[in-house]
Amino acid sequence: MAADRAEQLPDDGPAWWDHEAGPVVRPYMVTGGRVEPQTADLDLITHVVAVSSLAEETPSPEHQAILALTQEPRPVAEVAARVDLPLGVVRVLLCDLLSAGMVARYDPPPTDDLPDIDTLQAVIHGLRAL
Amino acid sequence: MDSVRSDAAPPQALKILIAGGFGAGKTTMVGAVSEISPLRTEEVLTTAGMETDDTTGVSEKLTTTVAMDFGRITISPSLVLYLFGTPGQNRFWFLWDELATGALGAVVIADTRRLADSFAAIDYFEQRGTPFVVAVNCFDSEQQYTEVQVREALDLDGHVPVLLCDARDRTSVKNVLITLVEHVLVRVRAAVPAGS
Repeated sequence: MAADRAEQLPDDGPAWWDHEAGPVVRPYMVTGGRVEPQTADLDLITHVVAVSSLAEETPSPEHQAILALTQEPRPVAEVAARVDLPLGVVRVLLCDLLSAGMVARYDPPPTDDLPDIDTLQAVIHGLRAL
Repeated sequence: MDSVRSDAAPPQALKILIAGGFGAGKTTMVGAVSEISPLRTEEVLTTAGMETDDTTGVSEKLTTTVAMDFGRITISPSLVLYLFGTPGQNRFWFLWDELATGALGAVVIADTRRLADSFAAIDYFEQRGTPFVVAVNCFDSEQQYTEVQVREALDLDGHVPVLLCDARDRTSVKNVLITLVEHVLVRVRAAVPAGS
């Protein structure tokens, strides 16, 4: 079916997928249609890290991919980029793992508080040294 | 979190936004200083709720994909900077809100051939109170306008730094980021009461 649709792609611009792309599934299929994460406050730079290694009861291949990736701490944006799923989908899956206790989160500083002077100076020095 | 090994604690993460019109050089700028190839995060927007339950004859595209490219600069083992290129189109403002929340500051890339493309970003950061600098991207090394001319054309407040840059050049982009963080530092210092 996917191949049929590929045939019909208009010629205006390069197609981002083709016959070799395999089956194309609408993104929220992997969340069972859930679009709202249970906790909606996972920032792009909130770091997540797997607490346990791959558990047998891990719900899906996508969850497993996230667990494998977060064996070291990674920001949410990077998890989404590396598992190649939309951000919203990854947030839902991460919330599953968080509530199952399989993943821990580390949040960036509270909203809209600019960093302190020491941190800013460290950033400036670090950038100069690049 | 006590269930996690202490050596797994992630560094403090800071976020800088790279904004500007379509084709202004956002991803190029991220790539010029990032220690990793810029990664692409995508958000799928659906028109859920706007469609009826009748799916017959639905052939229109119901989803839009918005891409945000980002890169990383490790300042120290305990401090990491993330650079996020913002989606270019104005209709994705709500994504900007999420990006801007908690951001250290922003770089607005201005293309002098299309200065008006950067108006929206400048307005946005001014209204939100996010510290920002304007980086005029010189695509060919000859630059027809001075900082002063660009500042006037953009009607910027006097305290907003404007500088010329080459988004492809690592040193130039580094300089833009340093200018931004120094700008933020001035603001934070001003907010701290003397003697404290």
